[in-house]
Amino acid sequence: MKKLNYLILALVGLATIFVGCQPKSKTTNGALSSNAAERVYVAPGQHDEFYAFISGGFSGQLSVYGLPSGRLFKVIPVFSQDPEKAYGYNEETKPMLNTSYGFVPWDDAHHPDISQTAGELDGRYVFINGNNTPRIAKVDLSVFETTEILEIPNSAGNHSSSFVTENTEYVVAGTRFSVPVPQKDMPIKDYKGNFKGALSFISVDPGDGRMDIKFQLLMPGFDYDLSHPGRGASHGWFFFTTYNTEEANSLLEVNASQNDKDFIAAVNWKKIEEYVNGGGGTKMPANYAHNVYNDDTHSATSTMMKEVLVVNPAEVPGAIYFLPTPKSPHGCDVDPSGEYIVGNGKLSADLTVHSFTKMLEAIKNKKFDGEAYGIPILKFEDVLAGTVKSGGLGPLHTEFDGQGNAYTSFFISSEVVKWKLGTWEVIDRQPCYYSVGHLMIPGGNSRKPFGKYAIAMNKITKDRYLPTGPEVTQSAQLYDISGEKMELLLDFPTIGEPHYAAGIPAEKLTANSRKIFELGDNRHPYAATTDADVKVERNGKDVHIYMTMIRSHFNPDNIEGVKVGDRVFFHVTNLEQDYDVPHGVGVIGANTSELLIMPGQTETLVWEPKQVGVWPFYCTDFCSALHQEMQGYIRVSPANSNTDLSWSLGD
Amino acid sequence: MKKSRIIMFLGALLPLLLFVFPLWNITLEAPQYPIPLGMDIYINDFADANPHDIKNINLMNHYVGMKYIPDAIPEFKVFPIGIIITTIIGLVIALKANYKWYLYWFIMMVLVSVAGLYDFYLWEHDYGHNLDPKAIMKFTNPDGSVMGFQPPLFGTKDILNFRAHSYPQIGAYSLGLGMALGLIAYFMGRKKKNQTLKA
Repeated sequence: MKKLNYLILALVGLATIFVGCQPKSKTTNGALSSNAAERVYVAPGQHDEFYAFISGGFSGQLSVYGLPSGRLFKVIPVFSQDPEKAYGYNEETKPMLNTSYGFVPWDDAHHPDISQTAGELDGRYVFINGNNTPRIAKVDLSVFETTEILEIPNSAGNHSSSFVTENTEYVVAGTRFSVPVPQKDMPIKDYKGNFKGALSFISVDPGDGRMDIKFQLLMPGFDYDLSHPGRGASHGWFFFTTYNTEEANSLLEVNASQNDKDFIAAVNWKKIEEYVNGGGGTKMPANYAHNVYNDDTHSATSTMMKEVLVVNPAEVPGAIYFLPTPKSPHGCDVDPSGEYIVGNGKLSADLTVHSFTKMLEAIKNKKFDGEAYGIPILKFEDVLAGTVKSGGLGPLHTEFDGQGNAYTSFFISSEVVKWKLGTWEVIDRQPCYYSVGHLMIPGGNSRKPFGKYAIAMNKITKDRYLPTGPEVTQSAQLYDISGEKMELLLDFPTIGEPHYAAGIPAEKLTANSRKIFELGDNRHPYAATTDADVKVERNGKDVHIYMTMIRSHFNPDNIEGVKVGDRVFFHVTNLEQDYDVPHGVGVIGANTSELLIMPGQTETLVWEPKQVGVWPFYCTDFCSALHQEMQGYIRVSPANSNTDLSWSLGD
Repeated sequence: MKKSRIIMFLGALLPLLLFVFPLWNITLEAPQYPIPLGMDIYINDFADANPHDIKNINLMNHYVGMKYIPDAIPEFKVFPIGIIITTIIGLVIALKANYKWYLYWFIMMVLVSVAGLYDFYLWEHDYGHNLDPKAIMKFTNPDGSVMGFQPPLFGTKDILNFRAHSYPQIGAYSLGLGMALGLIAYFMGRKKKNQTLKA
């Protein structure tokens, strides 16, 4: 017993020595001393605190990550076909990718933004813009699927999009490239004064969320780069950064960088809304697709819209002003209070912050510094709230933490700079690996940011990960911003190029996330919701198979009477009503993807048999212990044969 | 005398809660079911504990050749009538009869309940043992006999990858409490009678 006591004493002594040897200051850098691993570790079976919806850039999709772990949960197909989920391949979702240019199976997805109520994230939808063939998509966060895509006419390079106003009254889509409106055959060199920049205000129905272009503002032919809504006192205004106010049409890297200052366009949309509601504006012929997916029919429809309401700024005097802002500003960001409008002059070292109050004052006093195409230009000094002397280079975008701090990404100097609103002093700076584009703080574009984490979305990774040939992964970086100093916690790879992201506390979504589709609500015209509905019908050369699937068989699983030259429609309904029991279907030689069908859902695969024979189909998603048995055969007879149409299951 | 009548009256009424609350519950737990599958048994219905649970239990059970849980069984007609009749008898006794009848009512209720439980056991046994000879998966006991999948009548039991729990619910407790009140009323009545006699 006494021995044991001595031993304990000795151990205590040793422990004291070791504790005494530990470094006293907490200023040491490096992940190990800051227990970063622990802070991003989400134990098996545990959930992340936030969802992050990160744009896939040229992948055209939207990815869903967990924060702080950086784990990828899902890639939501939006503007690009996705064979994994049959999006854009099955008959039901092909209409989603219809445009005035026909079927466009790809786009460049940029800026997701979550719907808001009273200035706070409400978690109903994420909106995201397609940059190349101008479109705005709506992702329904009860199903995490794209349920609506609206093409934007008169627009080109839909970049200053898709940001929502405080009550999701509007999703705004501004054109990056100005173009002739309406389009016409004309010399490119006649750009100046003739091209227009369309800023579209898309209303969102408060009930079903349906989108509709309320009006398009036909602005001067600048490039409209990014935008953000006013909030609080500035609710009712929208701010757009512009560059190429030189209106150059060639070698823009030089010719669009000549003006010392470009503009932030301040648009009083409430005023224009009143004008439009009073019958103002001009209905202009147009042609654009409106694609809507319905979760009861499990199908999308595409409608060509033939008209759009356009408004010329001159028609609504006093609704639009230009705020001079140095050096081709990129990000246009409004702080949570709505007072400060930050212009991130991407060719400068400094950040320009405008004051909304000062702007109103200057407008009231009519202190203008000339005009551009009839739009008054306010005096820079009159609207300036302050300048952040950052010491960095190439500011792109600013987010806010709701604690009076702002965080700006600097592309050229590759860093995040934290500064204080009002005093404009720089508090901290941390490097990014490498060349950060945008930042995201959950709720950053709202009155109520959740200032615990920020992610930096980088343009270059070089040596940060294992090499994978010339093309290496895209990447985001997670910073803990809860303290005075920012701390880099984690690098994680992203899909495509992460242009921007939107984050939200997980608890705002989890309760509404659907588990299955009720079979009883299935209104698909070709659904077979019970085995009694199973049948095969011939209509000329089209053969429609009303098929069901449930663990672990198809009904029917033997089909005869199909001929070479037929078009065979597999309309397959998943009869399961259990969480996470999808089934898939693949058919040999199909010139399309598999189907991946959620419980209660119906999807359609078209198969055009080209050879005589007996061909198998099978379940592609490992569904059960008898998954390998979940298969069937379809007999294909010569085009001139008399084989009767027949079908069966289990003989 | 009056107090025991009121208690007998309440005791006769309590089993009517069987029309509102489930009698019994069977819950099946497995790793793949973080939310377990469950079935609530009412005197006139089998109900999902969570939406589609019975359908999903059937889907699981078809692998071992068990029959689907039927939408309706004859007991769903018999049991409600039985409960209504015994309640009426109980109420008549409470209003009109001598305290000794409280005991007879109690004994009758015990017999009815035992008969009900035995019937339930028979159904469970058939459900767990009357298997499709073409079952996808056939299991045998160590002695070579065909393995059955009967859920326990009362308690918890491991059946293959599932842990099955079978326990009475509010309906059954109401029935039990009603019967107990009948018995208490009897003893109270007897005590009062004895006191009256002594006086």
